[in-house]
Amino acid sequence: MSRGTGPLASPQKLRNYPSYRGGEGMAAWAFHRISGIGVWLFIILHIIDIWLIGVNPELYDYLGQIYSSPPGRVMETLLGAALFYHALNGMRIVVMDFWPALTVYHRQMWRIVWIVFFAIGLPGAYIILKPIWEAVG
Amino acid sequence: MSVQKYSISGRPRPTGSKVDLYVWWAVRLSSLALFVLALAHFTMTHFVFDPGDQSAEWVRQTRWNSVALRALDWGMLMAVLVHGFLGMRTVLQDYVPSRVRSLSLGALYLLALILFVLGTQVVIALPFD
Ligand code: HEM
Ligand code: HEM
Repeated sequence: MSRGTGPLASPQKLRNYPSYRGGEGMAAWAFHRISGIGVWLFIILHIIDIWLIGVNPELYDYLGQIYSSPPGRVMETLLGAALFYHALNGMRIVVMDFWPALTVYHRQMWRIVWIVFFAIGLPGAYIILKPIWEAVG
Repeated sequence: MSVQKYSISGRPRPTGSKVDLYVWWAVRLSSLALFVLALAHFTMTHFVFDPGDQSAEWVRQTRWNSVALRALDWGMLMAVLVHGFLGMRTVLQDYVPSRVRSLSLGALYLLALILFVLGTQVVIALPFD
């Protein structure tokens, strides 16, 4: 059954959705959109900065110093969080799109997304941020 | 123009327009490639190495001295351009007033084309040792 015509996609149910089941689906969607736009903005900068390796390596190295500065590391941690949430929730979306029967477990999958996000993300954030205090201490 | 056209997971498979359906598939297929490539790339640039190591000279000598790694990075470039810009197409269609919609989509595709040229140029033209 194509999801466009399935019961979940019917406008009536969708309009009622946030009230009859709680708001996870809506929050998942909003976070997904915001993180996607955020990573997209970074990609514009990133393709230009990698291009500088060829045309202006001094400027690239200067930008690299900003990336590895303390504020740069905070930004990269946020970028990593946006990318990681978007990647995990994106897989949740694709799984439900390709196996619509699994849509009934959407809430459990959303919980798994957050468990994996923090289990891998917190140590990851520590590794990215560590040089900030190691440089001082 | 509201969230009502989205379901629990995301945007339902479009049934009306053929173009929208192809876009829907392209976003999903490219996302599978990105899940591996982009997360591996972030792992390499932050957990295996550190942004502090990655000077232009270092990238040229240790990362991009291999045709395979350049090809892989170029593949990631293609996936992220397809995915990110078709994703933004949906976002713009949701929020931009119809009067300036085709103008904004034109600007979006032009930006994608420019980034395609820049990203491809550096992969090909950067000299090997
Ligand atoms: C890492 C693996 C990734 C996965 C698994 C993934 C998955 C997805 C999926 C399934 C959608 C469709 C959502 C829907 O139709 O409701 C989507 C949308 C989107 N993605 Fe990704 N994505 C990934 C990486 C990226 C990257 C690197 C960028 C930035 C260039 C990006 C930017 C976007 C944007 C802007 C949208 C449109 C958001 C919307 O319509 O609400 N994604 N992603
Ligand atoms: C702050 C985090 C990041 C840093 C420090 C970083 C660093 C780098 C470096 C050093 C390269 C050169 C080649 C290599 O070493 O593989 C590169 C290339 C590339 N990166 Fe990243 N990266 C980051 C995040 C991302 C993210 C989130 C994406 C999204 C998919 C991405 C996409 C790419 C692409 C497509 C290329 C190839 C560019 C081209 O072929 O012109 N990067 N990056």
